[in-house]
Amino acid sequence: MHGFANPKRFLSLARWLTPLLLVAGLIIAFGALAYGLLVAPTDRLMGETVRILYLHVPAAWLGMGGWTTIAIASLAELVWRHPLATIAARAAAVPGAVFTAICLITGSIWGRPTWGTWWVWDGRLTSMLVLLFLYFGYIALSGAVSREGGSSRIPAIFGLVGAINIPIINRSVVWWNSLHQPPSITMGKSAIDPAFLWPLLIAALGFSLLFGGVVLARMRALLADIQAEARLRRKALAEGL
Amino acid sequence: MTAANKNKRFKAKHQRLVLVVVALIALIGAGLLATWALRNQASYFYVPSEMLEAPPAPDRAVRLGGMVQTGSIKTDDDGVTIHFLVGDGKETVPVAFSGIVPALFVEGSGVVAEGHLRRDGTFQADNLLAKHDENYMPRELENMTETEVKQTVAETYQ
Repeated sequence: MHGFANPKRFLSLARWLTPLLLVAGLIIAFGALAYGLLVAPTDRLMGETVRILYLHVPAAWLGMGGWTTIAIASLAELVWRHPLATIAARAAAVPGAVFTAICLITGSIWGRPTWGTWWVWDGRLTSMLVLLFLYFGYIALSGAVSREGGSSRIPAIFGLVGAINIPIINRSVVWWNSLHQPPSITMGKSAIDPAFLWPLLIAALGFSLLFGGVVLARMRALLADIQAEARLRRKALAEGL
Repeated sequence: MTAANKNKRFKAKHQRLVLVVVALIALIGAGLLATWALRNQASYFYVPSEMLEAPPAPDRAVRLGGMVQTGSIKTDDDGVTIHFLVGDGKETVPVAFSGIVPALFVEGSGVVAEGHLRRDGTFQADNLLAKHDENYMPRELENMTETEVKQTVAETYQ
């Protein structure tokens, strides 16, 4: 991993990987969404509303995946002081928050016709809303640290502590009675018919590639910011002499 | 870099790793304790056997969740009041409700009723929420023969 400690090496890889991930992700995700919206069968009980599954579930997975990325990068920052760790964590926060928001909004729209309510304060919905607020806190904190100076270990500790919410979200429907149904996909088993499962998995793959592309693009932008700032500082110093 | 210097750096890295791991274990332990303590309070609803074991006061707003027993939905003469039984496999509680039911409210499916337990043991619901289970199945499967369904379901569950 320390082979990428030099940002130049990382940048030369990211330069061609970013557009590749973005384009492949867009094609696969929107292909799967179009298939899910137009071709896939309707559910025996929910009818047409089941089609929101192909957006809701990948968004939920990536909302949690975003914070897992922040947690792993925070660990790398705290223990190994990897120079790219802070940047990777900051880059993953915004797309993670966007996917969490998409999950909450689509879930609410789905809940109205199926459950008969837009929102309930059950374990799953509440813990997912907490995740969105954790993202807001992380984005504000890491932004303030990078703007106003301060140890990048502060947002890293926050990222690691916030990770406690991820297993809670995952287990919330098992530990507590909730309106949200228990997991459909568990280790090696699926209660989702293959007719729904395959487009769902392909949509999840597409959105994951898109997520990876956005993270890389944001890492490049953040690195360019740091570089530009360093150059300005050098220039100011040279002029001062 | 001298060997001693290298050794020192190596140690600092390990010390940080151990510190972070210890902190994480403490954090996860605290989180587990908190969620374990919340296991009853954080539940969204009571199931019938819990409600019969410790009946809530008639003026207390509670939620009752379970399966709508097959063949139990009866509509009153007024056309809007329904009676049905909610069960959890062990016990059942009779429920009364007047109003519009959600689309997924059917016999043999999950339901969460908001309301209070009347003194006569009937749960008076002010609102019904349909609970969807974890199974997703296309409508086409309903028209299949028994063996076809069994085969498809076996494939789904592997």
